[in-house]
Amino acid sequence: MATNKPAEEPILSVKDLKIDFRTFAGPVHAIRDVSFDLKKGETLAIVGESGSGKSVTVRSIMGLLANNAHIASGQIMFHDADILKKTKRQLNAMRGNDIAMIFQDPMTSLDPTMPIGKQVAEPLRLHTNISEKKALAEAVRVLKLVGIQDAQERLKDYPHQFSGGQRQRIVIAIAIINHPQILLADEPTTALDVTIQAQIIHLLKEIQEKIDTSIIFITHDLGVVAGIADRVAVMYAGKIIEYGTVDEIFYNAQHPYTWGLLEAMPTLETNSDRLYAIPGTPPDLLDPPKGDAFAPRNPFAMQIDLEQQPPFFQVSPTHAAATWLLYPGAPKVELPPEIKRRRQIWETQFAGKEAE
Amino acid sequence: MMADDKTSKKDDREILVKVEHLVQTFNKGKKDEVKAIQDISFNIYKGETLGLVGESGSGKTTTGRSIIRLYQPTGGDVLFEGQNIARLRNGSKAMLDFRRKVQMIFQDPYASLNPRMKVKDIIAEGIDIHHLAKSNADRDNRVNALLDEVGLNKDHATRYPHEFSGGQRQRIGIARALAVEPEFIIADEPISALDVSIQAQVVNLLKDIQDKQNLTYLFIAHDLSMVKYISDRIAVMHYGRLVELASADEVYNHPLHPYTQSLLSAIPIPDPEIERKRTPIPYDASKVEDERRRRMVEVYPDHFVFAATDEVAGYKAAAVKSHLVDHPPLVGTTTD
Repeated sequence: MATNKPAEEPILSVKDLKIDFRTFAGPVHAIRDVSFDLKKGETLAIVGESGSGKSVTVRSIMGLLANNAHIASGQIMFHDADILKKTKRQLNAMRGNDIAMIFQDPMTSLDPTMPIGKQVAEPLRLHTNISEKKALAEAVRVLKLVGIQDAQERLKDYPHQFSGGQRQRIVIAIAIINHPQILLADEPTTALDVTIQAQIIHLLKEIQEKIDTSIIFITHDLGVVAGIADRVAVMYAGKIIEYGTVDEIFYNAQHPYTWGLLEAMPTLETNSDRLYAIPGTPPDLLDPPKGDAFAPRNPFAMQIDLEQQPPFFQVSPTHAAATWLLYPGAPKVELPPEIKRRRQIWETQFAGKEAE
Repeated sequence: MMADDKTSKKDDREILVKVEHLVQTFNKGKKDEVKAIQDISFNIYKGETLGLVGESGSGKTTTGRSIIRLYQPTGGDVLFEGQNIARLRNGSKAMLDFRRKVQMIFQDPYASLNPRMKVKDIIAEGIDIHHLAKSNADRDNRVNALLDEVGLNKDHATRYPHEFSGGQRQRIGIARALAVEPEFIIADEPISALDVSIQAQVVNLLKDIQDKQNLTYLFIAHDLSMVKYISDRIAVMHYGRLVELASADEVYNHPLHPYTQSLLSAIPIPDPEIERKRTPIPYDASKVEDERRRRMVEVYPDHFVFAATDEVAGYKAAAVKSHLVDHPPLVGTTTD
């Protein structure tokens, strides 16, 4: 497990990132002070609803922000250099080589007019002086690695000749051909059927072991997170509101928004007539709320939540949550039943181990 | 079918929709012929929710569209309240009546609302076509009541679809379906385009409305964990065929067909401890999809599996064995 690994230097470090988008209605504060580290060889899952800023965060790491984006502050440190300060040329040298991205929609992220062999070999041709023949041979090897049958014969096939699951495998092949140190996966399985999703997740885990890469995995599906992540960061309204190891987030969550997400997910085991639904909708980031952005939807909100943003309170060396409920003088709240059930698992399975 | 105690309760259930040997083939006789549905039969009882699950391409959406007669069935019958809908003439009074009683909620809340119409006109379009409102004031009142019913308010009536979020748009789509006082609603993946926290809101809303108005639902989805919550019974489709049909709890706790087991084992569970112990079961289609004749057989009370005659005994034994355990482990869990 990730928690047992020795503390390593982070390979990527995002610090105090703030990003606004200029729109006709005014600046949209999409990322409001986000900081996190990615350690070598780990999988960090970023969880949140649409509009929470998870995609913008990874796009900023790739230097792929839209033209109307304005980085108000922050640093993204990768090997002692700030990605945000890189020139276009430096970014081009990095993208697809040191850091690669897997996009959500396999239908639109491949070029429909180019044979897949050429597309898979392209990053290699761009970043090294390899001959086309050798690059294509390498493409075959990688396509086999991601599970495309008879890759050699299919090099000249076009994307439309493949199924959705196969196309996503090809997208992954393009991303890993240069053995990137970091893979950014933006909802790579959301468009796929569950059985194909299970295969792709299995594939990503396998590849991670083979080429020793770190993965940032964006998703809104907590089930997927439980299966793939070492650590989890939960985002809401442009901020990270809780982070911790996968066990800490699933069994010892502290932020009411994380509780809400866990409750809203139907587990196949629990039998209940009604699903818990988080009331209301996320706030408008044109004019973000003064206090905790989740307060209006939060049944446990206190007066201070409306007035002042909560700082991070450390729960363990690896786990922190930004909620006033962790303030030493805060009243104790009655946990929702599902969260209580999870806490019990935490206490019996994990709490003891930590003390050792 | 056996007429013992366990099956006698079936007789109290009133059949609303009867699908018999439905076949739907596209481009029949041409090179690109697609056998989307290959001979399926099932009933939908009044007041229940039947969940229809399967992967993309399994024919679940085609089934829904054939039932509402967006497609003319290639073979077989669809009976709604005993009436064969394939025989309804376009433009006839009976057809208009059928169109009022059966409504649809679509998957994509962005594509299914006309961007150039105001919300109140979208919702009232059916009311106008079926002449349900006596006056303009009555029309407005109905629209306002519907908006209230789905958790929106009457200020929203004069706005346009682009001013709403995905979840709100889906509520508008639900209000539109309810406007003509239908009896049966086909919901084709109504929540798959929505965020998790909003999905639960819409599912709860659909449940509340069903309780209040005694509606019958056909709920089509590929998200199996949500289907369990809303469905009384679940039908599993694969390659244009039904492979398993039983109550929701039966399907989840005692899946018998290998395809159902594979599908269930692939659902990720939001619980890291469980996920560490699970491996998805791959589905070997060659074993159960050879050319032999198969039909839906009741292998346990109210539990049907697509099986050949010599496979029935095996499924029956598996069903009995599975029911001996109070809490069978989740499919795909490795015990060690």
